[in-house]
Amino acid sequence: MANDEKNNRGLLDRLQFIDRRYIFIFIALAVIIPLLLGLRFEEKPSPIVLALYDKVDNMPPGSRLLMSFDYGPTTAPEIQPMVDVILRHACLRGLKVYLMAVWATGQSLTVQTVEDVLIPEFPDYEYGIDYINLGYKAGNQGLIRVIVDDMKRMYSTDANGTDIEQVPMMKQVESLKDMDLIVSFGGGFPGIKEWILFAGDPGAIPIGGACTAVSAPQLYPYYPNQMVGLLGGIKGAAEYESHVLDRYPDSFKTKPTPGMNMMVAQMVAHIVIMLFIVFGNVMYFMYRGKERKLAMEK
Amino acid sequence: MWRRTVPIMITFIVGTVLVVAEFIPHKPFGNLGEDFSLYFDIIAVFAFILGGGNLCRVHFSKVYRKKTDWQFSIVTLLGFFVMLAAGLFKIGNPEGIQGDVTAAGSLFADLYDSMFTPLQGTMYALLAFFVASASYRAFRAKNIDASILLIAAFVILLGRTPAPSLIADFFAGAGITFMATAFNFVPTLTDWIMDVPNLAGQRAILIGIALGVISMALRLILGVERTYLGSDSK
Repeated sequence: MANDEKNNRGLLDRLQFIDRRYIFIFIALAVIIPLLLGLRFEEKPSPIVLALYDKVDNMPPGSRLLMSFDYGPTTAPEIQPMVDVILRHACLRGLKVYLMAVWATGQSLTVQTVEDVLIPEFPDYEYGIDYINLGYKAGNQGLIRVIVDDMKRMYSTDANGTDIEQVPMMKQVESLKDMDLIVSFGGGFPGIKEWILFAGDPGAIPIGGACTAVSAPQLYPYYPNQMVGLLGGIKGAAEYESHVLDRYPDSFKTKPTPGMNMMVAQMVAHIVIMLFIVFGNVMYFMYRGKERKLAMEK
Repeated sequence: MWRRTVPIMITFIVGTVLVVAEFIPHKPFGNLGEDFSLYFDIIAVFAFILGGGNLCRVHFSKVYRKKTDWQFSIVTLLGFFVMLAAGLFKIGNPEGIQGDVTAAGSLFADLYDSMFTPLQGTMYALLAFFVASASYRAFRAKNIDASILLIAAFVILLGRTPAPSLIADFFAGAGITFMATAFNFVPTLTDWIMDVPNLAGQRAILIGIALGVISMALRLILGVERTYLGSDSK
């Protein structure tokens, strides 16, 4: 009898801290299967996402949107869907798009985005007239601080080496203050926070953000006074995609929605994590109950 | 004197001038902030050289002394020198030595796209597994504080997915109205947690950091804080 009790306690103790490889297997399956099935669900945009959507949507055609690629391959799977959907939305609205990067790793992502989204989906968009890739410049927040007053001091050429004075869409741009909206993609340093502190506040320029889910809570203090809106992680991307699909069904029904697809994987993974937490707590309380019972018997 | 007084004087003058420049946006102070940002970039370039040199020193030493896992150091050094050579000499660049370092078809771009990008993505993706494992171990309702944290985590985990509305639809279909209402309320509760308790905490942290930065800046400008001068600075 005492032996059974001891074995039971041992089993409960072990179940409290099951081998993490089992958790890894469940999480892998929870992510892979929904992605393979390609399911997607509609999302209702939260106010913070809707605010950025409305800002982009209400900009008159020809307005200037600066998209800063402040991320790298590490976070690209999470951030790229937000870049793609905002770029598509901007092009659909006929905005002039300025691409740049304050991260060295962002430069190749600007090129990739242009090649994957802009050129094939918006063939009418002409380089130098409707969009430009300014590329990467070193300097972090120092770069932002300089170009908020004088763009050409840092950017004498675009990413292809073309003289900036020869680019038609740069002729009206003296500084960042000529931008109607800046959206920074990436939650690291330098990123959205630096854009707010060194461009948005001193230059009175509207700043929007799109970042990883883990960075989003730190940026909430800047909304809505210093940041017009924020897309946080895959959830933010899925909400934006769902809303744009709802508003522009004809233009977007054939477009990929990676955010909405990945959201299903995230949902299943979250549920699996919750089940594990519940399981761990049940085992913990059972173990504690046994311990108490034994202590009382003694 | 040269090792202590001169750096302290430089710090005092630069710090004071930049603070003054922030409040007087006219000549000769107007562009000082921007100019110093550019000087910072120039100085920072040397940090890259120092960083590269330090990486080589540490890993060559590890290989030479055959310390634990020294084989990984060979991979690190190999990766460093191959990328450096591919970028410096623009190997395979279709536009030649004058072309863009990241031009399509160059060895640098190929290595970046086919090795660096997937490796970085993989490393970040592993986070999901460790977060899941850590959550399982850490979230135990051992006391009131831990229970509040656990409940908040559950609400956020559920609220950051479309699950609540799907579950609410299921309950509504089954005629269990109160459950449908409860699950429909989860996204609102998630937004409230983010907008109120999270915001309050984040603001407190931000204000604390800002006060700390001001205090540290004053200590540096006034020469009270001297640790940046090295261990023999007292």
